[in-house]
Amino acid sequence: MPTYRLNVNDATQDVELTEDMPLLWALRDVLGLIGTKFGCGIAACGACTVLIDGVALRSCVVPVSAVVGKAVRTIEGLADNDNLHPLQQAWIEQDVAQCGYCQAGQIMSAAALLEANPTPSDTDIDAAMAGNYCRCGTYSRIRSAIHRAAGQSTAQYVNAAGERDA
Amino acid sequence: MNDEGLLLSVRRALRDQLGNQPGINRRHFIKLAGFSGAGLVLAAASPAPLLAAQGADVAAANAATNVELNAFVEISTDGTITIYSANAEMGQGIKTALPMIIAEELGARWEDVRVVQSPIDEDRYGRQFAGGSTTVNRTFDQMRQMGASAREMFISAGSLVMEVPRTELKTEDSRVVHDSGRYMTFAQLATLAAKQEVPDPEALNFKDREDYRIIGSFKSGVDNLAITTGLALFGIDAQVPDMLFAAYQKCPAIGGKVVSANLDVIRKLPGVVDAFLVEGNGDPKALLDGVAIVGNTTHAVFSAKRQLEVVWDESAASKDSWTALSAEGRTLHGKRGPDLVIDKGDVADEFSNPDNTVLDAYYEYPFVAHLCMEPMNATADYRRGEPGQKDTVELWVPHQGPVRAYEPLRELFQLESDQVTLHQMRLGGSFGRRVYTEYICEVTEISRRVGKPVKLTWTREDDIHHDFFRVGGFQSVKAAVNPQGQLVAFEDHFIGMEQDGNPVMGSRFRVNEFPIENVASAYVSQTMLGIKTPCGPWRAPGSNTNAFVTQSFLAEVAHAARRDYVEFLLEILGERRWFEEGNIRSLNTGRAADVIRKAARESGWGRELPVGRGLGLAFYFCHAAHVAEVAEVSVDADRNLTIHKITAAVDVGPIINMSGALSQVKGSIVDGLSTAMLQKITMEDGRIEQSNFNNYPVLRIPQTPQVDVHFIQSDYEPTGLGEPALPPLAPAVGNAIFAANGERLRKMPFSEAGYTLV
Repeated sequence: MPTYRLNVNDATQDVELTEDMPLLWALRDVLGLIGTKFGCGIAACGACTVLIDGVALRSCVVPVSAVVGKAVRTIEGLADNDNLHPLQQAWIEQDVAQCGYCQAGQIMSAAALLEANPTPSDTDIDAAMAGNYCRCGTYSRIRSAIHRAAGQSTAQYVNAAGERDA
Repeated sequence: MNDEGLLLSVRRALRDQLGNQPGINRRHFIKLAGFSGAGLVLAAASPAPLLAAQGADVAAANAATNVELNAFVEISTDGTITIYSANAEMGQGIKTALPMIIAEELGARWEDVRVVQSPIDEDRYGRQFAGGSTTVNRTFDQMRQMGASAREMFISAGSLVMEVPRTELKTEDSRVVHDSGRYMTFAQLATLAAKQEVPDPEALNFKDREDYRIIGSFKSGVDNLAITTGLALFGIDAQVPDMLFAAYQKCPAIGGKVVSANLDVIRKLPGVVDAFLVEGNGDPKALLDGVAIVGNTTHAVFSAKRQLEVVWDESAASKDSWTALSAEGRTLHGKRGPDLVIDKGDVADEFSNPDNTVLDAYYEYPFVAHLCMEPMNATADYRRGEPGQKDTVELWVPHQGPVRAYEPLRELFQLESDQVTLHQMRLGGSFGRRVYTEYICEVTEISRRVGKPVKLTWTREDDIHHDFFRVGGFQSVKAAVNPQGQLVAFEDHFIGMEQDGNPVMGSRFRVNEFPIENVASAYVSQTMLGIKTPCGPWRAPGSNTNAFVTQSFLAEVAHAARRDYVEFLLEILGERRWFEEGNIRSLNTGRAADVIRKAARESGWGRELPVGRGLGLAFYFCHAAHVAEVAEVSVDADRNLTIHKITAAVDVGPIINMSGALSQVKGSIVDGLSTAMLQKITMEDGRIEQSNFNNYPVLRIPQTPQVDVHFIQSDYEPTGLGEPALPPLAPAVGNAIFAANGERLRKMPFSEAGYTLV
């Protein structure tokens, strides 16, 4: 098996892997980084989304050979040491997760969005997040959490009775 | 997140996990976790990586002592309150909601509470199953007792130390407070409280609703920090030292037997450790025949699985065909079925009365899949006993009720429950899917054969092909209204599916299905078509399809009688009454009328709308919940459908966690919309024709409508909310489409009639 030098969450290590191994399984089964989730294996659901040089990609179809020399960031590496990423903080404050399984992928897609567009509209969010499925249907809170992380108003998520609605 | 200390420790653990080499960190965490009593409990309940967080936490708090007040409540001398969650968490929110009930009665400050998944031990914790939207209702009194019992022990301790009568003490904010304002903290009293007599459960008093501070508030889920930072929680995250990875191929036609496979080729593939045939017991809920592949990574076994060439004996396998089933259903339109469900009044007389308006229609709904985001998986460590010792198996399972594995494990492997250790893992969605134990049996067999710990992961294709589906079916319905526009007769021919002579899960029309109890004449018969395709509970089984038929058809009838649907429904409900006083599963017409009126008022029912725009309402009662929903939609000439808003009015009694309750209603509506608009499983020659997200659509974020939720927090006992907000959605949308463009949709999914959700 060839050896690949991988840069994951700012740590570089040499790992022996079969060359066709998707990054997802190298992360989960070899590096023990289980935060990135398996959902479909065909880049159709978004659960395995990671950042590769800042771009949100589906790790279930990206072979490890394609990420050599690139910076991989997973959900485990999103926080800056003791400081949660604003998206992680917002996800907790808005109580986005139901089952929670897709949320790592959602947050990584959202991180790429905010990097490119710090003040996204609902339409921008919908466009950037359309490839990430959530079977529990947490989509409205995903929108509100992204707005919150971007420092935008979440007033539209308060219902007519003045109660918090998301 | 409910504790700054926990937050810091998790961050610390996260850093450890990132900084360490794989393999080393696992052992490190296990060692950390072994430091204290609490750690040992966690070690028994959790896979190694999960201990990353909790182990570090335990180590940090090592100086503090943890004392037990009862099975669910422990207090540390550092002030941390540990509450055990005994049931499965699959997104329905009970891991947060049930501890909130305990914390409320205890008088705890929520920020001091740390929630830990309990071991599987029904003698200690009571029934450990979550499903049927029953958990909140079933455990509400038990949780209140646990909290109140611990509270009384604190008051006894406070009375001793502060030398004041118990009657002058109360608990609040994790303190025992005297009428004078003097107080002692739970932390100060913990050791003494644990030595107090456990109160008689019968003698406990519970808080009045108006005094609630935690129940009814908006609390973020207790696992949110772990979820958002990528810590291990789910079944698929289980990691056991020296673990191998497995895939399992079953016959594409359900029930086919394995004859042979190209095992020699498979065993030589990169990363493959072994491959072998498995002879099952023919029961899809236990162990079906198949080919197991074991390897060093999931990728190795998934890749090898694609190279498999298997000879199956399909002589006894499923030959089910959706085309044939739906054709057979259509031949039964307008006829009655051989089995009588209910016959009351005189429907024939009403249908033949020339003054009455009579309507009949035929409805259809397909099979649908669960498609949990986390595919089926489980991890097993099967160990052969030394000579004279019994074999054992340790299992890490994402399952709604892991104890259900005891029986099949006994039958298949002669393992008694004392030879089986089960660990409850978080479920990455379930919706009724993870009530069967076949993936647990499969991994046990594979680990037994290879003699090592094994994690079995199903591919998404396996997950869809071998689901226990929401059953499809057909209903031929008929109704009569008198010249005054009142519903006088209702008839339903329920065309369902059976296996081995029994209706499959969800394939039934209850005798108290609305409006049967409320109409003078009703006749329900059924025909059961035999199938082999496995079916199981799917979020509000039976209700999710019966609501579509009855609430769409009643709206048709109201329209034919030139009645407003809200007025028509309220008239059918009649006076306020509870059909079976005290039985929460019995319709309460007053609560029903209240949610209908609330949904109508909040949605602006009755207002003038532009052409192409319409409002549709549906009401349904199931899982002890009264729910009404209104959809506001626009449809253009190309049948592009815009959903402007869904308004929901829900009465499940008092809400425990407002955040979780809102999530359940909104999630059910998204799920209901996904099913109504998009989803259909078909099978031909016993083979399921869909395989993955690319050919089985799910609602995405751009199509998610605005949802306004209104709870009527009545004084009835609290009941569950995982399912009952789903059934009214499809008929509400169908009725709104009819109001918008006059087209009546009698078949799900609506996409088949050319509708596209935009």
